[in-house]
Amino acid sequence: MQYSTKYIFLFAAAICLVCSLLIAIPAVALRARQEENRQLDQKKAVIMAARLVKPEERLDRDKVAEVFKNIEAHVVDLATGDTIDMNPDEYDFNDVEKSMLEESPIQVQEIPKKVKVYHVRKEGKVDMIVLPIFGKGLWSTLWGFFALDVDTTTVEGITYYQHGETPGLGGEVDNPKWKSRWPGRKAFDESWNVEIDVIKGAAGPPASDPHRVDGLSGATITGRGVARMLQFWLGDQGFGPYLKKFREQSARSQ
Amino acid sequence: MAILGKVEREVLLDPLFNNNPIALQILGICSALAVTTKMSTAIVMSLGVTAVTAGSSFAISLIRNNIPPSIRIIVQLSIIASLVILVDQILKAYLFDISKQLSVFVGLIITNCMVMRRAEAYAMQNGPVLSFLDRVGNGLGYSLVLMLTAFIRELFGSGSLFGFVILKSVNDGGWYVPNGLMLLSPGAFFLIGTFIWILRTWKPTQMESE
Repeated sequence: MQYSTKYIFLFAAAICLVCSLLIAIPAVALRARQEENRQLDQKKAVIMAARLVKPEERLDRDKVAEVFKNIEAHVVDLATGDTIDMNPDEYDFNDVEKSMLEESPIQVQEIPKKVKVYHVRKEGKVDMIVLPIFGKGLWSTLWGFFALDVDTTTVEGITYYQHGETPGLGGEVDNPKWKSRWPGRKAFDESWNVEIDVIKGAAGPPASDPHRVDGLSGATITGRGVARMLQFWLGDQGFGPYLKKFREQSARSQ
Repeated sequence: MAILGKVEREVLLDPLFNNNPIALQILGICSALAVTTKMSTAIVMSLGVTAVTAGSSFAISLIRNNIPPSIRIIVQLSIIASLVILVDQILKAYLFDISKQLSVFVGLIITNCMVMRRAEAYAMQNGPVLSFLDRVGNGLGYSLVLMLTAFIRELFGSGSLFGFVILKSVNDGGWYVPNGLMLLSPGAFFLIGTFIWILRTWKPTQMESE
């Protein structure tokens, strides 16, 4: 059967219309739910990084809401380290202005100028700071949170909520056992140089070996990525200025 | 199975062993390697592929006599791509954790050779019900291989099934030393190769002639 050109065009237009409706309707209908999932996922990661629940405990919607009563978000200007007057709920990573790095130790060139950080309160006082971190591992960019004590150097925990590393090898960054090697380590030395590192092999206990964390066997490059990303984010291009101001402020208030 | 005639039954069940899309047709290998490190991701991927391939074959078959041959491939692709996006959106809304692990592979169902091939080869010639069953059957055949591969890979690679610990690994203080090869793509290659070998020994007609 011969089809006329007009028929072909009309047919193509009809297919396009039907397909676009098929995509558009659910996309709009499900957007709110997807956005909620994304935010819940991030909140869970903040809670996990700060170790506010036990690793085996189930984190459902209600539990997250309950724990988050004691967590407040702030938007921070990375370059100055100042907290910006902006509603943290309106912060959207994708919309934030980015700065381009010539050379990026984390292998991600675009760094946001403003970042959302979290303060965990305990009995009314700030007890922990939870910082967002991201950087390249072996295959993928790892996205996570890093929790520090109010002294800004004692590590409270680390959690990644998104990565594409090999399950069982680099993917072991999600292993609770490995994550439990972090708390108690010191991110900085006495003169506030970033010292935290992930080494090949086993590190000593935090008291005698404060700056080093065990690497993951079979995941040297992922481990290196984790170390570089922490060194970057805690350094001058990352949260260095913010943490410095935080220390000065808490020294004044004492 | 009484409601199905002989042809329908054949179309539905043949792809399980006699004409398995992965083992005999060697289609859809890429995703079979990528998503089979865990049972949970493999099962969701299987369902996703089956839904897309069955839905698209059904839709294409419905309008097969009206598709102008000059634009048929692009029409098939539009329908398949729309369904894939639909599956991706639904996963993001209802199975967020798993959709995170499947990441790009859901989107890559579009390029799963098995979906496109069957749309072109079968759905363009046969009625909607047969096309649908044919695809469900092929989806099941694909799922079967995926499940088997994932079962072995997760059990021996991580010592668990569906995330539940079966063999406690040394990393968690147990005794089992996980087999790292199982977690890497070559591990899946060896496994699928072994399946094909076993299947062809069992059913020698599947061997390619020299």
